[in-house]
Amino acid sequence: MGNLPTAPFVSSNKTRRRLGEFVVYVLLITSALVAVAVTIGIVFSLAFEAYHFFQLISWQDFLFGTKWSPQTAIRSDQVGAEGSFGVLPLVVGTLLISAIAMAIATPLGLASAIYLAEYATPRARSIIKPMLEILAGIPTVVYGFFAALMIAPFIRMTGSSIGLEVASESALAAGIAMGIMIVPLISSLSDDVINSVPQSLRDASYGLGATQAETIRKVILPAALPGISGSLLLATSTAIGETMIVVMAAGMAANLSVNPLDAVTTVTVQIVSLLTGDQEFDSAKTLSAFALGIMLFCVTLVLNVIAQKIVKHFREQYD
Amino acid sequence: MTNSFTDITPSLRRRHARETRFKWMGKIAIIIAVSFLLVMVGSIAWLGSGALKQTRVQLNVHLDAAQIDAAAVADANYGKLIKTALLDRFPEVTKRRDKKSLYGLVSYDAAYALHDRVVAEPGLIGQDLRMWFVASDDLDMLIKGNLETTGDENRRRFSDKQLGWINSLKEEGAIKSVFNVAFFTTGDSREPELAGVLGAFVGTAFTLLVCFCLSFPIGIMAAIYLEEFAKKNRWNDLIEVNINNLAAVPSIVFGLLGLAVFLNVFGLPRSSPLVGGMVLALMTLPTIIIAARAALRAVPPSIREAALGIGATQIQTVFHHVAPLALPGMLTGAIVGMARALGETAPLLMIGMVAFIVDIPGSVVQPATALPVQIFLWADSPERAFLEKTSAAIIVLIVFLILMNLVAILLRNKYSQRF
Amino acid sequence: MDTKGKIQVSAKDVNVFYGDKQALQNITLDVKSNKVTSFIGPSGCGKTTFLKCINRMNDLIDICRVEGNILVAGQDIYDKSVDMVALRAHVGMVFQKPNPFPKSIFENVAYGMKIHNMTSSKSELADRVEDSLRRAALWDEVKDRLDQPGTGLSGGQQQRLCIARTIAVQPKVILMDEPASALDPIATAKIEELIHELKQNFTIIIVTHSMQQAARVSQQTAFFHLGNLVEFGKTTDIFTNPQDERTQNYITGRIG
Repeated sequence: MGNLPTAPFVSSNKTRRRLGEFVVYVLLITSALVAVAVTIGIVFSLAFEAYHFFQLISWQDFLFGTKWSPQTAIRSDQVGAEGSFGVLPLVVGTLLISAIAMAIATPLGLASAIYLAEYATPRARSIIKPMLEILAGIPTVVYGFFAALMIAPFIRMTGSSIGLEVASESALAAGIAMGIMIVPLISSLSDDVINSVPQSLRDASYGLGATQAETIRKVILPAALPGISGSLLLATSTAIGETMIVVMAAGMAANLSVNPLDAVTTVTVQIVSLLTGDQEFDSAKTLSAFALGIMLFCVTLVLNVIAQKIVKHFREQYD
Repeated sequence: MTNSFTDITPSLRRRHARETRFKWMGKIAIIIAVSFLLVMVGSIAWLGSGALKQTRVQLNVHLDAAQIDAAAVADANYGKLIKTALLDRFPEVTKRRDKKSLYGLVSYDAAYALHDRVVAEPGLIGQDLRMWFVASDDLDMLIKGNLETTGDENRRRFSDKQLGWINSLKEEGAIKSVFNVAFFTTGDSREPELAGVLGAFVGTAFTLLVCFCLSFPIGIMAAIYLEEFAKKNRWNDLIEVNINNLAAVPSIVFGLLGLAVFLNVFGLPRSSPLVGGMVLALMTLPTIIIAARAALRAVPPSIREAALGIGATQIQTVFHHVAPLALPGMLTGAIVGMARALGETAPLLMIGMVAFIVDIPGSVVQPATALPVQIFLWADSPERAFLEKTSAAIIVLIVFLILMNLVAILLRNKYSQRF
Repeated sequence: MDTKGKIQVSAKDVNVFYGDKQALQNITLDVKSNKVTSFIGPSGCGKTTFLKCINRMNDLIDICRVEGNILVAGQDIYDKSVDMVALRAHVGMVFQKPNPFPKSIFENVAYGMKIHNMTSSKSELADRVEDSLRRAALWDEVKDRLDQPGTGLSGGQQQRLCIARTIAVQPKVILMDEPASALDPIATAKIEELIHELKQNFTIIIVTHSMQQAARVSQQTAFFHLGNLVEFGKTTDIFTNPQDERTQNYITGRIG
């Protein structure tokens, strides 16, 4: 460059500033990568322990076994020292309770979303929405306590008064509490979805002389269906992964049953009961919790990915 | 076909009836959800309100100088003095079993309270001391009207004879209810009448502190990167998808991660708020990132253009101009995330914050429990008196939650009209 | 019943308010049967607001309040006894932007007839769908793909589908809110041709901001300005010999 004068926009401290900015930039990227690291950490730590588990127990016995009774042997020559690690009763129990929860939450959540989005005056909306948000914000341990304290005895009493045998920790009690917990989730997601259906479709239907109910049932709901099904999938995934309600209200009995009045147990309950208290990280009992964990992670992940794809596709359609 | 639009034909009437029914379905759904909320919160509040009161019993204790060695005041058997005081008050009680149930009227704590009093005032030795002692949980429940007093004696906690003693104490004004300060100032206890929430509360506070200190800076930096710097490419898409999915991973899975990595690999202290906070931070991170990105998006591009236009670098633009404007929104998101973390129980069970801990934790590496876990533990206890404590702890938790949300709402309202 | 040339829509002293703001002042006009009447005026003059009063679409807006009388077929439509559903079946509407339902072409046209229980059999329904599509000059273009989504058609076809959907309910009056404003010139020409055909059977009121369009399709024209009805009369009179200075200014392009 020789004797050319330095142009005024060539800064002499550029390299120093650049270095500082580079450090900040790296810090920012690192932070964003923490989220990725968490996912990798989850997958690897679960897979690592689950791998040890499957060295002890074959995956066929795990996936297709119908008996779950994880014991640690006190003496090595004890009868049944291995325990049984058949996951089916847990899967069926989880699905049963989730199904009860969804059977309650879907109609309630959808009906309230429709009311909020289409009928409620702004004033009513401003009262009802926060109420539902409170319902969503109450910790699940509170729902669990309430289910065990009030709902389960109530169902038992009602059952026995009409001559039905009801377990004291019935799937129904846990399912009802979980269902109510999920109502706000479904209603707020569906409310958003219904609101994003364009007003012009409503106008077209009203312009033809349809009543509001006809417009909602025949135009708005079909148009919103993909978005709503996405929200139901997300809700199902929440139900499957929910822990405290079932720990407190569903109990430990690994019965292979689809009767809502029986006591059943779930994947999450077993993870908690296997890992609270003393643990040895070489026993099949402790390691089985990680096999359950990776199963839970995979199932909820698949549900979420599908749900998010559906919802994203739905939004692009009307944006 | 007639098309007169004032004539309500049967078909129209049917359609309008259907309309009304449809509308009512929505109303009923909301009524069910809201009334469940009211019943749940209402019944828990009603149950828990009892825990605000504590029953006390007044006894006349003779501080026999023969029993208390003036040289070693602290070593005397104060339990025996309490028992003697009870027997002096009810001289008719002679049978072994009756004596035992008589002693059961006051709490364990009575001996300690007496001990503290005498150690503080050794001059009392040799005198008679009238003092109020904490009643046992059974007596407390009885006074609060939670126990049966009629019907089959064998199925009741108190026999008629015992009720007689209690009535005579009542008549002479030796039983009273006071505000239960201990509930808010002590840690957990095996004895329901002595159990308090302070230990769990402090544990929760430490846990949330750790959680906030980790997740807030990382969360906003990640959000700044994704919103302001990241180019649209496959890697950044992957990060985004990953964050969205992480937000929906069941909380117990984060607990498993904490157990396998933080405890087993890194060897961090089990049951400590440090590990609890770290696990909750990972769980809260997606919420904070998503909220922070929304806050950054709400800053109008004109501000970025203005800063870049006067020669600021992109990093200066973001840190001097954009991020400060987005800060209230980010903070609101973080508080909402914290409020969710506050109620989380399952991941804390995984990392051992479920132990019985009496002491109030003094730092983030000491064993502790947290409010929701305390609720879980108490809910599992068979004593009737713990039902009241559980409900009261839930109220404390919910009040804490409401306060946090209130802060978030105030923050949002204060700063929302800026652009 | 032959209603040709009779008064189909009659407004007397209509005032419309949005909250505290008055949008229309003392509108009085009569629309004759089987004619095309156009409402013209600069944007924000209240022409669309008035159009939406005629089938009470304004009721959907909470803060909107209508005073005065509007008579359709001799009946005051703001009377308490009026059923909105029956009114809107009598007074159909076509909107500014084509808004087909996200359903098949067939279902789009059949929708109104289904909710009003207008047909007794499937074959009758199919006949009526075909008839409506023919009258909307769309049949030849879509007859092979009736089961495909209506949203897959071109803009002009979508708008004609919306017209077919409206006439399928057999209204007496059709309100059109700038039906061609979102379309290209060729599609616009087709819509205008269609309007010309439709006036045989329907009373048509069309809001347009294109004076040429008003001149081409309508027999009667009303000019609105700042919430007032400035002038109303035969289209030829309004365009060749306006009485009011404001009308003159508008059609010569001095205001707008």
